[in-house]
Amino acid sequence: MEMMQWQGFKGENWKETIDVRDFIQQNYTPYEGDGSFLAGPTPRTEGLMKRLNTLLQMEKEFGGVLDIDTTTVSSLTSYAPGYLDKDKELIVGLQTNRPLKRGVNPFGGIRMARQACEAYGYKLSDKIEDEFQFRTTHNDGVFRVYTKEMRAARKAGVITGLPDAYGRGRIIGDYRRVALYGVDRLIAEKQKDKARIGEGLMNVDTIRQSEELFQQINFLGKLKEMAAMYGIDISQPADTAREAIQWLYFGYLAANKEQNGAAMSLGRTSTFLDIYIQRDLERGTLTEEGAQELMDDFVMKLRMARHLRTPEYNELFGGDPMWITESVGGMGEDGRPMVTKNSFRVLNTLYNLGPAPEPNLTVLWSEKLPVPFKEFCAKLSIDTDSIQYENDDLMRPTYGDDYGIACCVSAMQIGKQMQFFGARCNLPKLLLLALNGGHDQLSGLNLGPQMEVCGEEVLDYDKVMERFVTYRDWLCNLYVNTMNVIHYMHDKYAYEKIQMALHDTDVHRFMAFGVAGLSVIADSLSAIKYAKVKPIRDDQGYICDFETVGEFPKYGNDDDRVDQIAREMLEGVSAQLKKTPTYRDAEHTLSVLTITSNVMYGKKTGSTPDGRKKGEPFAPGANPMHNRDQSGALASLNSVAKMPYDCCRDGISNTFSIVPEALGGDDSERVTNLVAILDGYFHQMAHHVNINVLNREKLMDAYENPDKYPNLTIRVSGYAVNFCKLSREQQREVISRTFHEAV
Amino acid sequence: MGRIHSIQSLGTVDGPGVRCVVFCQGCPLRCGYCHNPDTWDPAAGREVTAEEVFRQAARFRPYFGTEGGITLSGGEPLLQPAFVRELFSRCKEAGIHTALDTSGALWNEEVEAVLAVTDLVLLDLKMTNDADYRQHIGCSLEKPLFFLEKLREKGIPCWIRQVIVPGVNDTEENVEALNRLIAGHPQVKRVQLLPFKKICKTKYDQMGIPFPFDRYSHCPPERAKELEKAVRLPSV
Repeated sequence: MEMMQWQGFKGENWKETIDVRDFIQQNYTPYEGDGSFLAGPTPRTEGLMKRLNTLLQMEKEFGGVLDIDTTTVSSLTSYAPGYLDKDKELIVGLQTNRPLKRGVNPFGGIRMARQACEAYGYKLSDKIEDEFQFRTTHNDGVFRVYTKEMRAARKAGVITGLPDAYGRGRIIGDYRRVALYGVDRLIAEKQKDKARIGEGLMNVDTIRQSEELFQQINFLGKLKEMAAMYGIDISQPADTAREAIQWLYFGYLAANKEQNGAAMSLGRTSTFLDIYIQRDLERGTLTEEGAQELMDDFVMKLRMARHLRTPEYNELFGGDPMWITESVGGMGEDGRPMVTKNSFRVLNTLYNLGPAPEPNLTVLWSEKLPVPFKEFCAKLSIDTDSIQYENDDLMRPTYGDDYGIACCVSAMQIGKQMQFFGARCNLPKLLLLALNGGHDQLSGLNLGPQMEVCGEEVLDYDKVMERFVTYRDWLCNLYVNTMNVIHYMHDKYAYEKIQMALHDTDVHRFMAFGVAGLSVIADSLSAIKYAKVKPIRDDQGYICDFETVGEFPKYGNDDDRVDQIAREMLEGVSAQLKKTPTYRDAEHTLSVLTITSNVMYGKKTGSTPDGRKKGEPFAPGANPMHNRDQSGALASLNSVAKMPYDCCRDGISNTFSIVPEALGGDDSERVTNLVAILDGYFHQMAHHVNINVLNREKLMDAYENPDKYPNLTIRVSGYAVNFCKLSREQQREVISRTFHEAV
Repeated sequence: MGRIHSIQSLGTVDGPGVRCVVFCQGCPLRCGYCHNPDTWDPAAGREVTAEEVFRQAARFRPYFGTEGGITLSGGEPLLQPAFVRELFSRCKEAGIHTALDTSGALWNEEVEAVLAVTDLVLLDLKMTNDADYRQHIGCSLEKPLFFLEKLREKGIPCWIRQVIVPGVNDTEENVEALNRLIAGHPQVKRVQLLPFKKICKTKYDQMGIPFPFDRYSHCPPERAKELEKAVRLPSV
């Protein structure tokens, strides 16, 4: 098949079948130079950004939500076209008819939509209430099936944050397909797939898939209609760089209109787009300034993406995040860097538009990346605290060179793999539950195997572990079953039609489980093993606190005695989860990631043997507990680097804060040293790190005087947030973290 | 065996690149501005073998890149020359860059043997005249100058460091005097003027001893930077 829009593009395979990777590999131009070619913002960009900043300020003054359309159910074509400034925008399309106005999406659950409206002083319209009286939502479906035990585990907070009342997200549509092929071709391919399925046996699986394909095709049609409302026909492939960005963005926009997913990631688009930009530059129809302007405009649109969420949701995931994760860089399987000039351009938006948490710019780090690119990224971290790093050398062997990161740390091949998101279970709480023989102190609930309360005067490590394993095995089985219920219902009542239309029909599914409180449980078990831990009992005989006497090794100091405990904990949970089969034969994966929910998990957990008191926050993700990493930054990184990615393929998150002075005497030293630290950390097959280069005093000042820091962006746990949008509790927790200082 | 105060896994201000810094225990000097009074007592700290420290430092090797390595600081590492030599020898065998942060106040055969396995010396020229040396540091100027001369003979690269204290040595004249001291020493590759800070005060308070330089004010970092511009590196 040949299209006139493909003139000048090389390769054949990608023309015959949907294969974006092949198109990229055949056509991209690696760039090994530095950022000196980059253009600053044009007056047009600055004008638009000023307008956007005014709106962002108003949104803040309005309590975090500028406006809600309470009478329209969000979908691809349900709003009139919206603009930031119709005459000046190069890339168009908003989720609703006005910038930052939020739509309502009740398919996850009508109660959540209602509560979210009420939280900001609105009322969900009677029209929608009436309409959804006769509709089953995802949330309805889940609670029809949840067992008593599932409800108890959820209520006690042993498993928390499950996507049973909100969109699961973490699905990345291959939005590039819209640009490369045009929507008509995508529809034709899906029709072929549907016909093929119809030729075989019709059973539960194929009937479900066939209906899904019907919906996908239907929504591809709506995608065209949506673009047409903006006066743009995307039935054919994109012809220019501007069109490629516009087509791609329409795909992403459609997904956002359809789904209020927890994480709505973008994928790996910048090097793909570079091919179009490069062709236009060579044709003489685009300048460098023009190319940057297009990327700036595109990123501005991404920064306007919004979903309507409840206060409970914000408690889990603070700062109104969208996780518009864009993966940048990495190496090709053939050894060429996948860094292009457009990798620099997308990062440069942080300079041109100012620091911001979205899109969630994620650098796929390889030791083999060109040095000028590494240095550009390090400088950007030092200047903006807005980007994160993930180990391409670790992921490439498994996922190839066309994967992207969903949310914070979840790798998946774009358009070929998806995941069923599963939040996380609370390991320290599980330990307390085991010690109390299946009684949860905080909620008063009894759950899990019921046995005698651990009666010893001083806790014995082997006996505690024996108990713990019993409860762990119980929880792992319950956790898988709970997830099976959730994702069956999500597929049934809130299926991601446009996102899955931008996947291969035969998609590989992951089921992503997670753990919270890794450092707390590792240090607690270390205390039991190496110090003396005496349980303190309440008047009913339940253990409610501990007295810990003596020293014990703490996770975060590169000490194998405790790091090994943490490692074995993850291996044990992972192995046990795999024993229970999953819905749709999804592959079990595990993450060590909390986002900001470490605060809430801590709140729901009693005192632990490591000395942490009842209600105190956990450390985020795989981080060592605050200020217990006393041997310096590298020892802290080394401990995290030991955590096994093999059994935590959904990611291991580490957030690293260092004061500028500790990185070196001047800017150029700091850049070189940060590059060395990243190389060293990832060389040991560590998975992820957020880098913050800042002083605690700055955060404390921002805590007291938020108005002075409207754009203060920091990395928290797999994503960046505007510091001032975090809750007070979340802010305090961030301030109390370890800041590695100069000695 | 040696006695160390602590190991800091990430150091970026004591030598080039990313470095693991080992603080040795014990010091013969009593500099008025000393920021590690807790390293003075040679009997304090913990006892370790060179092999033990080597193994720990080697854990950070992936971060050293092309420039970094290990730095021995203190205290005065050369109070324990046999320990330092063994540790540095192990590092050299493993290809780890070795830097020695010293006052240059000690010299003997064992010290000389340490230099054979030292890639870079961070030599403190703490003051630029003998009277100040005797008053504020507790030795003569002659000693570090002798050490510097030995480095020249052996061709061991060195960085000169001096803490700038307002009212003591924060003048252009002092920098000129420093320039004269290092003239003719092509092994001097860099001069760092470090601003005097007073954050160590709490350590003195905790130890219940007076902080001799408490009477001086801290040095603004910009002033040290400015003075650094007047430094003339000896030509090779």
